[in-house]
Amino acid sequence: MTHYLDHAATTPMLPAAIEAFVESAGSVGNASSLHTAGRAARRTVEESRERIAAALGCRPSEVVFTSGGTEADNLAVKGTWAARRGADPARTRVVSSSVEHHAVLDSVEHLVRSRGAQVSWLEPDRCGHVATGDLRAVLAEHGASTALVSVMWANNEVGAVQPVAELAAVAHEHGVPFHTDAVQGLAHLPVRFDASGADLMTVTAHKVGGPVGVGALLARRDAALEPQLHGGGQERQVRSGTLDVPAVHAFAVALEETVAARDVEAKRVLGLRDRLLEGALGLGLGITVGGCWHPGDGEQRLPGNAHLVVPGCEGDSLLYLLDAAGVECSTGSACQAGVPQPSHVLLAMGHSEAEARGALRLSLGHTSTDADVDAVLAALPGVVERARQAGGSR
Amino acid sequence: MRVVAAMSGGVDSAVAAARMLDAGHDVVGVHLALSRSAATLRESARGCCTLEDAGDARRVADRLGIPFYVWDLAERFERDVVEDFVQEYAAGRTPNPCLRCNERIKFAALLDKALALGFDGVATGHYARVLEGPSGRELHRAVDPDKDQSYVLGVLDADQLARAFFPLGGSLKAAVRQEAAERGFAVARKPDSHDICFVADGDTRGFLTRRLGERPGELVDAVSGKVVGEHAGVHGFTVGQRRGLGLERSRLDGEPRYVVGVDAPRARVLVGTADLLGVDVLEGAHLRWCGPPPWGEVVLGAQVRAHGEEVPASATVAEEVVRVRLGRRVRGVAPGQSVVLYEGSRVVGSATVTATSRAA
Repeated sequence: MTHYLDHAATTPMLPAAIEAFVESAGSVGNASSLHTAGRAARRTVEESRERIAAALGCRPSEVVFTSGGTEADNLAVKGTWAARRGADPARTRVVSSSVEHHAVLDSVEHLVRSRGAQVSWLEPDRCGHVATGDLRAVLAEHGASTALVSVMWANNEVGAVQPVAELAAVAHEHGVPFHTDAVQGLAHLPVRFDASGADLMTVTAHKVGGPVGVGALLARRDAALEPQLHGGGQERQVRSGTLDVPAVHAFAVALEETVAARDVEAKRVLGLRDRLLEGALGLGLGITVGGCWHPGDGEQRLPGNAHLVVPGCEGDSLLYLLDAAGVECSTGSACQAGVPQPSHVLLAMGHSEAEARGALRLSLGHTSTDADVDAVLAALPGVVERARQAGGSR
Repeated sequence: MRVVAAMSGGVDSAVAAARMLDAGHDVVGVHLALSRSAATLRESARGCCTLEDAGDARRVADRLGIPFYVWDLAERFERDVVEDFVQEYAAGRTPNPCLRCNERIKFAALLDKALALGFDGVATGHYARVLEGPSGRELHRAVDPDKDQSYVLGVLDADQLARAFFPLGGSLKAAVRQEAAERGFAVARKPDSHDICFVADGDTRGFLTRRLGERPGELVDAVSGKVVGEHAGVHGFTVGQRRGLGLERSRLDGEPRYVVGVDAPRARVLVGTADLLGVDVLEGAHLRWCGPPPWGEVVLGAQVRAHGEEVPASATVAEEVVRVRLGRRVRGVAPGQSVVLYEGSRVVGSATVTATSRAA
């Protein structure tokens, strides 16, 4: 019996999404072809686009399908920067947060390294939140030279939810477009494009029970974007590549189902998360919570995010021992060749490198149950004791 | 038993892991990340450090159906192996980093971590045998004389040996490759690793110069004491070396010149003719015994480099030093090298050479 507690990495596909995927995978048809089969494929794509738009509060024409969140982030950051700078050579700056996912972080760093961009990083507080006042201060100084502001909706490691609507409003005061990577918020937060004020928003299917390999950049119709993939221009002349009809279909079904159940599901998962954290802190093992946690809070922190800092342990020891005990989770940070690196998010939040090495992210989702929480709490004492014995070997 | 199989991504460690599994052990594959800049793909296999090697190891573990993890020992490796290597060269000595890695990483950092996590030992793809002897486990040469790696394991002490498994010691390399192919491992035809894994391009002198900078000094004739040239740092030289001296042949006698000694404190490289290279007395320190330490004068065999010949020898062992008298002169033995002592096929122990000389 294994306990899957890594929903922030990817969450199991919903049965209805699998059904939709299989149904469309059985039909031939390039959505750009003009014959009957092509029109049928196009119809599936456009109906899916409408369903996704309805679920996220945007217009169908604002949905640009991509291969996933990473591509959407790359398109948003690089595409906006290039288009804005092309229109106004003075706009060379990107403002972003130091707790972004690498898809944004590394896109920004690419622009700095290879394209001569400037960057201002918004630093988080100890909870992982960035402050609207900090953005206001940066734009007061650099507003006229800024091409884009990009701040994630919710952090993938510690679950900190950012004040996206306020940040977007500040960016707009300076005439700067605002992008947000919302992939972590989709499953449990009331993410809506229209209400957010964002000009660009990254979404992806596999965090809501759809397949890996499909996502979208929601882009206002007036958002200026330079294409990053060139070719047939299938998606609004901004993104090229033959559309993956079954994946798009399954994405729409999964998103629709997730959004319909979202409020109820968020409360359920929040209850499990709080029980997990209360239990873990009560074990007397010196475990602390990464970021800020208030029982019952699913607004400042993602309802499904439980992040533990276990002093004196290496993340890879914790992972191995929990895996052996049937608990599948993550250190939360990026891996290089399978080696967890000390989290840039925790470091930015003021944790020491030693603390950052003992991080453990347990993320809950639609298949999570009380039994999963019980299994973690039962395994932790032995796991932490053993991992501490192994801790000194670095 | 619960065993960590150290999987480098090469053919040997793959078959070793498979054999441990076949023998009924509970096996977990672990690839050691030894370099922080692992995000590279290289053409040649050098036994560690590349993404491709980690991927190859993972694919073997998948095939075997065993769990697989990458453990980050890069900091320990940097400190205990790479920095040790650099400092040894800076001090005018010639270290063997593979021995240090076995002593301090594979059978120390990795083994300690494995034991702490509840494992009973570590298995590797080294060619050497562990046999039960009258006073505990003994380390012996492998059956395949061409692949025997007991030399680089000569630094293991009895405690380390008690937790070590070498499932390939009884096999010929060709048979291991054959077995890997039969097991369907994609690494069956992967070339053997050579050279020093952390010197990516094989250019040791360039690597050392990047780490140490240029430290110019004089080339001095070992007999006359005359200055015969200049060099960019003693770390570029090792006893027995002929190339890179800038002295093709002496103008005096037309004989080739070799490095015959390195005087690091004075930044001097001593050069001389081939006849100065032969030595038959070795002083050694940093003694490591694979079993009960010998005492007094004992007759043994001695090997001074990984693929060198064994030479009959007698060793006089004191508390912390050993004096080895070789049965014949051996060329090109440098301080820093390890001398491994054998009794028949059994490894008795090892020492790091601190000085060499000739018996009168």
